[in-house]
Amino acid sequence: MNPEKALMTDEPAAPDILAPSESPAHTRIDVSAVAAMAGQRADTETVFECGDINVYYGDFRALRDVTLNIAAHEVTAFIGPSGCGKTTFLRCFNRMNDLIEGARVDGAINYHGVNLYQDEVDPVEVRRRVGMVFQKPNPFPKSIYDNIAYGPRLAGVKRSALDDVVEGSLTRAALWDEVKDRLKMSAYGLSGGQQQRLCIARAIAVQPDVVLMDEPCSALDPIATGRIEELIAELKTEYTIIIVTHNMQQAARISDMTAFFSVQANEMGQRTGLLVEYAPTSLIFTNPDDPRTEAYITGRVG
Amino acid sequence: MTPPMPQNTSDLSAADLRTSASRRAWSAGARWAFALAALVTVLVSALIIWTVASGAWTFISQVAWGNLTEIGWFPRRGLFDLSTLLVNSVQISVIAMLVAVPSGFGAAIYLSEYAHPKVRKVMKPTLELLASVPSVVLGVFAISFITPSILTNFFDDINFFNKLAAGIAVGLLVIPLIASIAEDALRAVPVALREASSGLGARKVTTSIRVVLPAAMSGLMAAIIVGFSRAIGETMVVTIASGGGDTSLFNLSLTESGGTITSAMAALGLGTDQVAGNNLAFQSLYFLGALLFAITLVLNMAGDVIVRRLQNKY
Repeated sequence: MNPEKALMTDEPAAPDILAPSESPAHTRIDVSAVAAMAGQRADTETVFECGDINVYYGDFRALRDVTLNIAAHEVTAFIGPSGCGKTTFLRCFNRMNDLIEGARVDGAINYHGVNLYQDEVDPVEVRRRVGMVFQKPNPFPKSIYDNIAYGPRLAGVKRSALDDVVEGSLTRAALWDEVKDRLKMSAYGLSGGQQQRLCIARAIAVQPDVVLMDEPCSALDPIATGRIEELIAELKTEYTIIIVTHNMQQAARISDMTAFFSVQANEMGQRTGLLVEYAPTSLIFTNPDDPRTEAYITGRVG
Repeated sequence: MTPPMPQNTSDLSAADLRTSASRRAWSAGARWAFALAALVTVLVSALIIWTVASGAWTFISQVAWGNLTEIGWFPRRGLFDLSTLLVNSVQISVIAMLVAVPSGFGAAIYLSEYAHPKVRKVMKPTLELLASVPSVVLGVFAISFITPSILTNFFDDINFFNKLAAGIAVGLLVIPLIASIAEDALRAVPVALREASSGLGARKVTTSIRVVLPAAMSGLMAAIIVGFSRAIGETMVVTIASGGGDTSLFNLSLTESGGTITSAMAALGLGTDQVAGNNLAFQSLYFLGALLFAITLVLNMAGDVIVRRLQNKY
């Protein structure tokens, strides 16, 4: 089969691609074609290039030799069992691991061609461009307004422009209608799902280039999860999104590319995460290349 | 020793499950002993309150009210100007807080936000060790160093015994207390909030001031209130350093000497003013005690209210 052809027929954005009856095309796909699609799709710009990333916590290696690229305006999902290093890896993209005592990142992550781990780079500047949404909603103990305005104020947005920024961010996070009458009230009065949308609004208020999401729905009920997923699909047009999720159905629903991580224990019992497979989501879930991926997504392990 | 073998349960009787009389007596006795210990503390507190209150009542019921607002505190002459002592107490406590709050909070922020765990492990106990410096040492430090070596450079006509030096010394005494409570409050702020702030491109100093400090506000208020209570109740430093415990004339100048509620009580208790048998001087000791007790009680209750109002559930 012609790999070019496969690329054409295999539109990664189509959410229903999972249904086997509708996707007969990739029951037999050449491995090299998958690699080609993962690496160099001509129509998308590359935001991050990661080469041989190793992450250590003290002497302990948490993540081994991860190499992958992240494409612009796509949703990239990291899946895998607990302890496989997917959150650790996510936190490399905005140098959040710097905040953890003893954490060390080896290797290069090129962000639009600039290595984030060279000496001149100020992690604060990185984080203004690469925002983050966390596993548990973590609004500040401030008003809804002040939560959103926090980042823009740091970035020096003028007081007169703040109202518009707050309204715009809340609108894009599909929260404006629910909170517009109580902007001055504490963010803690919101439900869990609303708080998480607030955190998304807060992250996009500084107009980042990339939004990292670390299991953003794990503390939410299915309805709130559904709303966040819709939101992610909308935000994709403006931002590059990398999401860690425990929920494979979620990865299948919302992502364009999926990276499957696994974990390997050494003789001392230390568990190190590694990247097993990185491919378009449609392929990972229908025709995974690696038996470990297949075992995981079919529910035989993990 | 072999473990007790499982017994045949078919012929189990109630007697097998009953414990010996002496063991039951021991259990009951222990219970009563602990209850008695608890009761003693309650009784002692009640006794103190009763003593102070009845002494204070004797004073209030017999004193000429006009003598409570006079030119100063001269108990032997029957002049009990309360404003003299109150103003001095408050002045010294406020100076103490001006010294202790900035440095205490600063130390707390350093320890909780900046210090490497290894540094904190050494510094926190050291800081708390400072709290165990006897206050008499700080009192002597005030008159042997703070006044002669520092304050005389700024104030030409400063009294050897003065409120400013006493306030600074009390402040030094209170720093570890405030720093310790504040550090606990800051450390209780969830890491998730710091990460949220960092994730938005905030530097550490911004995160500390704009997120961590406000989030810990209730604990910080508690630190201030506990510190103020401690400062206003401090006796030895002011007795040594601010003078005027026996008698003092009303004045607002910080470079002058002046007795406080506590130092006046200490002087009365020591009898240096030949108080016994002299009109109401001795009873005024109880009255001051009651006043001090009331002040700290009100402070603590106000603190409770403020803390609860500011309480964050994160």
